Amino acid sequence: MAIGLTHYLGLAAAVFLVGMVGFVIRRNTIVMLMCVELMLAAANLTFAAFSRELGNEAGHVFVLMNFAVAAAEVAIGLAILVEIYRRRRSVDADELTTLME
Amino acid sequence: MSFVIGHLLTLVTFLPLLGALFILACLSRRAAAAYWVALGVALVDVALSLVLWLGYDPVPGTDQFTVRVAWFFGGRVQYHLACDGISLVLVLLTTVLGPLVILSTRRALAERVPLFMAMYLVLQTAMVGTFLARDMLLFYVFWELMLIPMYFIIGIWGGPRRVYAAVKFFLFTMAGSVFMLVAILYLWQRADSMDLGGWLALELTFREQVWLFAAFALAFAIKVPLWPLHTWLPDAHVEAPTAGSVILAGVLLKMGTYGLLRFAMPLFPDATLAAAPVLAALAVAGIIFGALVAWVQTDIKKLVAYSSVSHLGFVVLGLFSLTTLGAAGGVFQMLAHGLSTGALFLLIGVVYERRHTREMADFGGLAHGMPAYATLFMITTLASVGLPGLCGFIGEFMILLGTFRSGLLPHARLLAVLAATGIILGAVYMLGMYQRVFLGPLRREQNRGLPDLNLREWLVLGPLVVFMIWLGVGPGLVLDKVGPSLDRVLQPVVVRAAANAPNAGNVLVQQPEPPAGQPRALEVSR
Amino acid sequence: MLEMSLRWIVFIPLLGAAFIGVLNRRLPGRLAGWLACATVGLSFLLAVQAVLRLAGLPPAERVVTDTVGRWLVFGSLQLDIGFWLDPLSAVMILVVTGVGLLIHIYSLGYMAPDTGLPRFFAYMNLFIFAMLLLVLGENLPLLFVGWEGVGLCSYLLISFWFGEDANATAGRKAFITNRVGDFGALLALFLIGATLLPVLRPGLGVFSFGVLQQHAHLLAPVATAVALLLFLGVAGKSAQIPLYIWLPDAMAGPTPVSALIHAATMVTAGVYLMARLSFLFVLSPAAMAVVAGVGIATALFAATIALAQTDIKKVLAYSTVSQLGYMVAACGVGAFAAAVFHLMTHAFFKALLFLGAGSVIHAMHHEQDLRVMGGLRRKLPVTWATMLIGTVAIAGVPPLAGFVSKDEILFEAFLAAHGGFPWLWFVGFLAAGLTAFYMMRLLVLAFLGENRASAEVRAHIGESPATMTVPLVILAVLAVGGGWIGWPHGLGGGAWLQEWLAPVLAGPAGHGHASATLERGLAVVSTLIALAGLSLGYLVYARRPQLAAWGRGWLRGLPHRLLSRKYFVDELYAAAIYRPLQRAADVVCFRWLDRGLIDGLLVSGAAVAALFAGSVLRLLQNGLVRFYAWVFALGVTVFTVYLTLQG
Repeated sequence: MAIGLTHYLGLAAAVFLVGMVGFVIRRNTIVMLMCVELMLAAANLTFAAFSRELGNEAGHVFVLMNFAVAAAEVAIGLAILVEIYRRRRSVDADELTTLME
Repeated sequence: MSFVIGHLLTLVTFLPLLGALFILACLSRRAAAAYWVALGVALVDVALSLVLWLGYDPVPGTDQFTVRVAWFFGGRVQYHLACDGISLVLVLLTTVLGPLVILSTRRALAERVPLFMAMYLVLQTAMVGTFLARDMLLFYVFWELMLIPMYFIIGIWGGPRRVYAAVKFFLFTMAGSVFMLVAILYLWQRADSMDLGGWLALELTFREQVWLFAAFALAFAIKVPLWPLHTWLPDAHVEAPTAGSVILAGVLLKMGTYGLLRFAMPLFPDATLAAAPVLAALAVAGIIFGALVAWVQTDIKKLVAYSSVSHLGFVVLGLFSLTTLGAAGGVFQMLAHGLSTGALFLLIGVVYERRHTREMADFGGLAHGMPAYATLFMITTLASVGLPGLCGFIGEFMILLGTFRSGLLPHARLLAVLAATGIILGAVYMLGMYQRVFLGPLRREQNRGLPDLNLREWLVLGPLVVFMIWLGVGPGLVLDKVGPSLDRVLQPVVVRAAANAPNAGNVLVQQPEPPAGQPRALEVSR
Repeated sequence: MLEMSLRWIVFIPLLGAAFIGVLNRRLPGRLAGWLACATVGLSFLLAVQAVLRLAGLPPAERVVTDTVGRWLVFGSLQLDIGFWLDPLSAVMILVVTGVGLLIHIYSLGYMAPDTGLPRFFAYMNLFIFAMLLLVLGENLPLLFVGWEGVGLCSYLLISFWFGEDANATAGRKAFITNRVGDFGALLALFLIGATLLPVLRPGLGVFSFGVLQQHAHLLAPVATAVALLLFLGVAGKSAQIPLYIWLPDAMAGPTPVSALIHAATMVTAGVYLMARLSFLFVLSPAAMAVVAGVGIATALFAATIALAQTDIKKVLAYSTVSQLGYMVAACGVGAFAAAVFHLMTHAFFKALLFLGAGSVIHAMHHEQDLRVMGGLRRKLPVTWATMLIGTVAIAGVPPLAGFVSKDEILFEAFLAAHGGFPWLWFVGFLAAGLTAFYMMRLLVLAFLGENRASAEVRAHIGESPATMTVPLVILAVLAVGGGWIGWPHGLGGGAWLQEWLAPVLAGPAGHGHASATLERGLAVVSTLIALAGLSLGYLVYARRPQLAAWGRGWLRGLPHRLLSRKYFVDELYAAAIYRPLQRAADVVCFRWLDRGLIDGLLVSGAAVAALFAGSVLRLLQNGLVRFYAWVFALGVTVFTVYLTLQG
């Protein structure tokens, strides 16, 4: 069976969905960050797949940019998380409600 | 001097604002100095407006002393001020009340006087600007600008429920204005300019006119105040300080009717003709309703507030009688009401400063000890009630006669008859109030020995009483200036009415050239 | 010269009022009084001069005008401030200034001890000004200025002693009742304007009397409506049914005020208006019938009430209402000259009676109740003599003034029946009898028998000073001879007054068509009923007082109670109109509509709705990141699906 575009997109969609659902369901902030990574990975896959399909290098460039964005985001996200943990002794997302009305 | 005349309107409008900025910058801790500076500025403004009055040529009725400078968007939004007969009369009313209001605050205002003076002067700029603006964006800016100082005046120096009253006043008025803004933006798009002249030349479909008229009329109706959108007024008047009530009744209440006359009617003539029955009916409802509710009030200020609803109902009826006579009566009544009701609030202030109460039950028999005060109050009451020979009669007479003669307004005669009952009711509540306050025995000991009017109070009330009598005997002073301008402003309505129903028995009566010096009037009548 | 002097007749009293009013307490009372008398006196002299000059003109051209300036000019509406002297207004200005002068002089004596004298005389002068403006005004709105002006002065003078709430209330009642009438008059004005303005040349003073008379035929289609609306105004000002209620209460004012305003002048303004617009009224027989009916009914109605009143001024007040009814009825049958004639003679003898009553009150230390008077004949001889003359005059005994004018009215009323039963004449005839009866009652109770007051009051009873008795004598002379200028042809007279007025008034100028025999017969009948009334009154009250007591107690006293309580009309008005209206204003308008519906439901409702919406939407802001993410994801999904399906 030839592995075509559809398969790549399907995989990307599945990974994205797992990431999205995981983000919404899980309470642990670190796990939520990991789900974000999953979603970013899925986006990367999609970009790469289409880039191969259309023969356009722009997709590869986007993947590289995505790596940078993801890395930056993880760095800052984890730093914030560490600060929160130091103050609140918890990384449970449901307890971080100071922005409520 | 030629500089003054060349920039007359700009000076009349912005001089108070300069005064306000000066007071805020340099005199914010010196109450007495602020008071005198404000008084001086107001007097200069009166002088300037007198120059305007003398320099205005009433015969052609055109916009004069125009200043037009391109502002935004390559000249499509302009700084455009101009003065015609109607604006002239209202600007005079505004500026003349200025020094009188400031004089009245001498004893009444205890704290933060410089801020008050600044607020009042900003308000004066906004009011004069509203009457003189001929560019819609400029008009809207001045219109909204009026709300802020008034909000502060009520909210800081007012009575116990001042914050409620100020917020209610602000939100109520703003709500209407917002719809007007939408309409302005729509017309901006259509006409690609904000110039009133350009808008008047637009051809709008009936549907467009109806919606736009509704938006404009809503904003103005709230300001009039037209029944049933009037409930902000009693609270605002009761809680406002005396000076605030005077300017609110004297000038701010004229904004709504001015807007209807200047903008809503000429811009949307078809809609005006269609909506006239509704607005006239609401006006009559306001006349009767305002009078009846005034009758059962115990607070003098609230009584006068409801009487204003009643009087301004007459003005709206005059405008929507769709006759020039009625509209002229409406403009005259705007002036007469401004004078008499302004005087009433100043008079109430006199006794409030002495006794710190406005409940009629706390008074009684004041005429024994304060005969001059009682006399001036009686004259003002009679002017308010429309006694022939004083200013109140002329306006009511012209409005009712105009309505009675109207060929365009359905059920005009019935409306005129109902409105005329207002003259009976007016006497009922005003004389009832006068009796409870001034006549009868001296019921309360605190009222014994109250001093009569002092010099300052005479200075404030005297000119108003003089005008009330003068205008009752010689209304030509005002009507001569207003007539031709009114014809010009109402021209679109008259033309459209004639076009719509040329065979319906409505005859466009064009008077032959009148003898020199007298206005020509275009009327559509039976 | 004559033209210019007209304005001064009107303006001199105004200047007097302004001068005295501004100076007020800085002016000694007596000086203020003499000044006020001087201004009215000057006006009177100018009036006499003007009338003499007018008489010098040929009858067809007896009109003099004086235009002071323009008042209100707008478009086709042109109103001038101008004055118009013709035979009708000539009679009026002589009555107003002449009787007014006598009453001003009288007031010097009557009001002498009062502290508010300058204010009093300022108001009195202001009144004379307004009344002259009314009768000399050359157009209808200017007349209306004077019309309301006299209403204002009436208000100010009735509540002159405003320290008493009752006086102030009476004044207010007068003003408001008059306003109800004015409402009708204004509507009539508008109807005239609406009818004439479109069809007449612009610039023509449409409301000017000359113009109105010329174009009266154009008003024919609206004549009935205009006449009836004007009559509403007349009913208010001239105290006819249903708006007469203010006049008896107006007796709260000082007696000179009652004499001047509520007997001789202001109340006659309605009659003047109808005479002035006679050419309009005759266009509507229906309206004339209403006017005649209401007038004569009022004449009888008020006469019955007067029978049972115990306050000397109230008797005279109801008598005035009754006599006004005669004048109004005369207009209704087209006898406008007779109405004006009776206006004039009534001014003489009613002013006399009121001033005489004032003399009595003054002597009795401000006691007004007839039941405690008596025996004043010996103590107040001048007052007694003049009051006797006044009583005989009002009863209608020839050859005194009251006879001539009242008889003329009754004669015209009889003729108006045109063959059917002369109801109008009959009712008038009854009322005349009652008039004689109750006036004699007043005279007997006040002047004859023994004085019933306390010893203290009795000790101080004395005749009034000359300033008060001289006017009484002058008026008595007028009450005797005043009718001779209008003595009708049918009874052998020259009918000079009727001829003088003929060019101005519509309606029958002479009785050429009616038989002199009928006139003489009716005159005899009138005289008989007058004498019968007087004798019966004397008999019952002077000789057989037990008859009077029996009358009061008859049928368990119910008829007497009905009459003495004025048929409970005031109570009826209060219960049926005034109180329900006030309650409606309070409950329906103020509480339900304004506070409840508009402010409560709509305004506060809008605020509540906004707050409610806010509080609901606030729940979305719960601070939970996951919730936000959920919503975000949901939105994205929906959007993507939508785009997919779209594309």
